[in-house]
Amino acid sequence: MTAVEEVPLSPAGNPIGFGSMKRVEDARFVRGQGNYVDDVNLPGMLHSAILRSPHAHARIVSIDKSAAEALPGVVLVITGEMLAGVPRPSLLGDNFAWMPTLSYDTQAVLATDKVRFQGQEVAFVIAESKYIARDALELIDVEYDVLDAVMDAKKAMDPGAPVIRDDKGQTDNSITDVHGNQSWESGNAEATAAAIAAAEADPNCVVVTEQIPYPRVHPAPMETCGSVAELNPVTGQLTLYTTSQAPHAHRTVYAMVAGLPEQKIRVISPDIGGGFGNKVGVYPGYVLSIVGSLLTGKPVKWMEDRSENLMSTSFARDYHMKATIAATREGKILAVDVDVLADHGAFNGVAQPTNYPAGFFHIFSGSYDYPNAHCKVTPVYTNKAPGGVAYACSFRITEAAYVIERVVDCLAAELQMDPAELRLKNLIAADKFPYMSPTGWEYDSGEYEKTMRLAMEIAGYDELRREQAEKRAKGEYMGIGISFFTEGVGAGPRKTMDILGLGMADGIELRVHPTGKAVLRLSVQSQGQAHETTFAQIVSHELGIPPEDIDVVHGDTDQTPFGLGTYGSRSTPVSGAAASVVARKVRERAKIVAAAALECSPDDLEWELGRWYVKGDKERGKTIQEIALLSHSSLELPEGIEGHLDATAVYNPPNLTYPYGCYICVVDVDVLTGQVKVRRFIAVDDCGVRINPMVVEGQVHGGLADGIGMALMELIAFDEDGNCLGGSFMDYLLPTAMECPDYELGETVTPSPHHPIGAKGVGESATVGSPAAVVNAVIDAISPFGVRHADMPLTPANVWRAIQGRPMRTDMAVE
Amino acid sequence: MQITLTVNGTEYTRDVEPRMLLVHFIRDELLLRGTHWGCDTSNCGTCTLWVDGEPVKSCTMLAVMADGRAIRTVEGLANGAELDPIQQGFIECHGLQCGFCTPGMMMTGRWLLDNNPNPSEGEIRECISGQICRCTGYKNIVSAIQWAAEHPATSEVTS
Repeated sequence: MTAVEEVPLSPAGNPIGFGSMKRVEDARFVRGQGNYVDDVNLPGMLHSAILRSPHAHARIVSIDKSAAEALPGVVLVITGEMLAGVPRPSLLGDNFAWMPTLSYDTQAVLATDKVRFQGQEVAFVIAESKYIARDALELIDVEYDVLDAVMDAKKAMDPGAPVIRDDKGQTDNSITDVHGNQSWESGNAEATAAAIAAAEADPNCVVVTEQIPYPRVHPAPMETCGSVAELNPVTGQLTLYTTSQAPHAHRTVYAMVAGLPEQKIRVISPDIGGGFGNKVGVYPGYVLSIVGSLLTGKPVKWMEDRSENLMSTSFARDYHMKATIAATREGKILAVDVDVLADHGAFNGVAQPTNYPAGFFHIFSGSYDYPNAHCKVTPVYTNKAPGGVAYACSFRITEAAYVIERVVDCLAAELQMDPAELRLKNLIAADKFPYMSPTGWEYDSGEYEKTMRLAMEIAGYDELRREQAEKRAKGEYMGIGISFFTEGVGAGPRKTMDILGLGMADGIELRVHPTGKAVLRLSVQSQGQAHETTFAQIVSHELGIPPEDIDVVHGDTDQTPFGLGTYGSRSTPVSGAAASVVARKVRERAKIVAAAALECSPDDLEWELGRWYVKGDKERGKTIQEIALLSHSSLELPEGIEGHLDATAVYNPPNLTYPYGCYICVVDVDVLTGQVKVRRFIAVDDCGVRINPMVVEGQVHGGLADGIGMALMELIAFDEDGNCLGGSFMDYLLPTAMECPDYELGETVTPSPHHPIGAKGVGESATVGSPAAVVNAVIDAISPFGVRHADMPLTPANVWRAIQGRPMRTDMAVE
Repeated sequence: MQITLTVNGTEYTRDVEPRMLLVHFIRDELLLRGTHWGCDTSNCGTCTLWVDGEPVKSCTMLAVMADGRAIRTVEGLANGAELDPIQQGFIECHGLQCGFCTPGMMMTGRWLLDNNPNPSEGEIRECISGQICRCTGYKNIVSAIQWAAEHPATSEVTS
């Protein structure tokens, strides 16, 4: 692990600034003293359980809850009908049965008219213990009139297809966004179509088209979602302990949903057992715990079980993509067109900026320099769980990176060109930055070729190709897959980016106590990303205060300023920048105090790490700790200067940051069984300046495992009747230590020019970049069998079928 | 049913429902919340603790089945303020991020080292293969257990 630059060490041995440093958080976690939502126990607290629909699509005829209510220990059984009768003085509707989604759609809190996916919330039992609550679920008798279900997005718009959202008066399964659009386009359609047509007519060019679906997967954090709501009937104060990646945004949403005054709502997001986007959405269970506390006058805990997590909370992907790429026979890319059918499930519950209804998918033109690109995304309702933006997807850049990296490999196969050579011919040159992409994204900085060559060097690329040729001659099939990705993260500029009207800027507050110790209060919420460590390092870098003297407070809306939370890799690009800015404000305040103490003008002072001193007289100065005490003293300060060093800031990013990387995966495929073994994984990331390289590498490791999982085993599939086939860890397979190799990492550092410390964010890079590398490697291995593409997940059965020339069997191909 | 069992060296006697899972007993009755729950199907291993010296997924066992047995949980790893090497290893090697799978991983890691003080990388990977981590990609967990193997000096702990 390497530090960005040599920095002095603190008395505790920590870097005063950037560098690998052990995590502050670990002390409690290794002792079993983390505090997760399920660890919250309040006096008099009741427990709850949700009755869920066994059907994907059915009309509710009747619900008989009398037997459940008669069970000793049951306090209350709530149905949708009851919620519809609870008036709500809210901004967004008049009762509790429906709630707004983060995409301006509506979602049933408890079903009133119909159920629209298997696992949908139908009734809510509150009881004295969780065992009794579960017992009561068995006693609720629901009569359903089962309807035909729409399980294949490709058939959702067929004439005569069952209409899912008749509650909204719809007559088909189209989705209309808040701007009135039913599909989302980006880039230049005419120029792209013309370039592709010209290439088709030109014998010196090739055009390749491939269906490249990205199946439905699930973030599946180890801790499921849950909440404990305590609504004080006397004061009206609501305290909600919840698994939230965005406590402040959730507080505002609850104010809107529940009609509660926002100043009376306190959202506490304690330790979070992994998020990956699963804990961005507002789920019916959270709302029900609030309603439950409102109706019982007692705290109510709701924790979902694993099947509920996999079947009802935010899924990821489910993009049916068709990509067309045109290029010269020498391998110069001319144009790319992508057509997407997006399966949004039964409610449009996607969490993304309002003006980006397909997330940031339209960054799909990727890391290559070509003039013509166009995409069209058409969303539809299906009888599946809602969600869509999750699983470290970087606002759907996972899908974008996958489709471009897959189709570039298809092009390489068509041209019979090495995929590394093809990429090197097309990468955006270093002197083109800032680079305006053909779909309108301004990439801030990059030295792509340097990064790619480093990855190839670590991999020993030429030697791997030689080994592959030798093995093939012996009937052994190894594959080498490359992926080069560019993300846009750190949403975002307030002018264009908001969620439910909330601009995506982050507030921050820094207090410096008289003894020179500091407290930094953040709006973003760690789910394992080590904010308590790395944000202290940012302040340390700016002020020279040892990181162990800086406490980081987060996850409590009463104790921290407003901000939009942690997802889309935005903590470092947005709140990290805010931390730097607020520390610089403190430094400027300290300068005035130091000048007063040193009896000179502030203009005469110079800063070195941790200290202001008089220019030309380095001995005459004051440390930040001395200045902190002076700022509270009787020292006479200039007119208009109040004293103290504390400061606040709001950071509104001028642009996204654009981390990138080159990944190389080496696999061995047993062509008799279809078994894939990931032998090596080389990852070179450029995420700009690294605050804590140890933490950065940890983030990359985790994302690589995600990519291996998605490429080889993870799938939320459904049968024709709408039964979820991935509803437990018996069926939804996650990679273990046996499937993951010993990753080989490298780094290049190209600072972001517009971020105060040049950092770009890295939380999702590896999840975005790695699936294509794994799939490209597997296809490379079995290409001698004439395979140009095969769909994820590349399970042994799917690989075997591809080798035999037979069609895939995944939910993306339900016939 | 009344059961008596020893947890981290302390004897407890409690009345429990026969159907109560051991993981719920440990968490909700004894309030030892370091042992976590993550799935319903014994796949994730976040609830791993020791029963009579062997690692067990405590969601696969009823509390009444632990009657008369000795349990060791993550809270029983450290010797007072002194961390067990497995705990120190996870800190040294960045073997954890969100911390949710960590107690179970450490219990398995400690057991492995007690039975095989110098395991190979492959043996470590196989030993933790019944447990899922979504954050670390496992590499640093393997390193953490290796670190503990290389620093056994303070491994004398209560069980």
